[in-house]
Amino acid sequence: MNVAICDYGAGNMRSVRVAFARLDARETDDVLAADLAVLPGVGAARTAMAGLRERGHDTLLRERHERGAPILGICLGLQLALEESEEDGGVECLGLVPGRAARIREGRVPRIGWANVDDRGAFYFAHSYAAVTPAATGWSEGIVAEVRYGSFVGCQFHPEKSGPLGAAYLEEVVDRCLSRV
Amino acid sequence: MPLPRLIPCLDVAGGRVVKGIKFQGLRDVGDPVELGAAYSDGGADELVFLDVKATLDGRGTLVHLVRRIAERIAIPFTVGGGVRSLDDAQELLAAGADKVTVNSAALERPELVTELSARLGAQAVVVAIDADGGAVRSRAGTTATRLDAVTWAREAEQRGAGEILLTSIDADGTRDGYDLELTAAVADAVDVPVIASGGAGTAQHVKDALDVAQAALLASILHEDPERLASLRTELRELGVPLR
Repeated sequence: MNVAICDYGAGNMRSVRVAFARLDARETDDVLAADLAVLPGVGAARTAMAGLRERGHDTLLRERHERGAPILGICLGLQLALEESEEDGGVECLGLVPGRAARIREGRVPRIGWANVDDRGAFYFAHSYAAVTPAATGWSEGIVAEVRYGSFVGCQFHPEKSGPLGAAYLEEVVDRCLSRV
Repeated sequence: MPLPRLIPCLDVAGGRVVKGIKFQGLRDVGDPVELGAAYSDGGADELVFLDVKATLDGRGTLVHLVRRIAERIAIPFTVGGGVRSLDDAQELLAAGADKVTVNSAALERPELVTELSARLGAQAVVVAIDADGGAVRSRAGTTATRLDAVTWAREAEQRGAGEILLTSIDADGTRDGYDLELTAAVADAVDVPVIASGGAGTAQHVKDALDVAQAALLASILHEDPERLASLRTELRELGVPLR
């Protein structure tokens, strides 16, 4: 099992790396051929999209998605997979998944902390924007917590920061990739 | 709203976890990596790591320590102390921190908060405020400023802070309870989450803090007995606090 983690030059990629290393996944630079491509989630939408384009990851991720190869988007990584984001005055995103990221308008923002996802237990969230999409498969307090569309899986929470429950979530993603091979 | 959070805080100086009373008389209470891992395994919702001497000694935060702790834990990890620039912050995030706290440097140059938030996202930027009564002090409490905590918290939020970590110097290390009046005033003034800090002695103190703030920082109450975290969680649940 190998995994390509799309580093777009912002924030903490290390937690995601450590989490996949714990699952014995080897890291590769080959975004197209990896068993799993991960789009991590830290930073702001505009600089993240610019970072992806700069590295050519935007094209590779689109091609990968067309081929039906698994992609996992975490937090901002989920939002980047949508068509557009309201963040930073409006940003065109990858368009792998129909929908858009909109600013959260209720409660304290950023929405930071552990919150239940349906009946699956509490995961850690840290976000000011959330997906509005017909592809939602998980919810947390009325906010889209998980999206599945074709070979793309996105989670608004941070599984790499969600203790044993988060580790189990990542393991399931990895197992699904392995069962395709 | 997400669930209330319990956040053990490791004040670090010279590579060791230390704790004082009202920011004075720092005692060695343990190894940061061991304590961090014990808290993570013991049900902490997050960890905060503050290099309390970094600003005074004028050196950077201990990046390698951050790296070692980040490897051991799978919960959110906030690091601060001596963060003076975007480069400082990015070095910490690259080492495995999820958020950085800024304090003295943001008081000297508030634009720092704006710069960090634009590049890293608001969720990665915690503005730490040390207050004596309502008056903000900088440089680990050693220097008076002309700001009051509510005004500074509002400005920090407008500049893109994602959270406010509010420490009452009066209450720090006393175990006599949080400064609820100040915490409530700041929490009412901003829309971002507020982390109450300073004074936890009993489960009731923590519950009272969580009634007005979104998270409670814990230090003295835990360090002599890291297993206290688990019993504290149980007591808080019995008091009706919905923890994860």
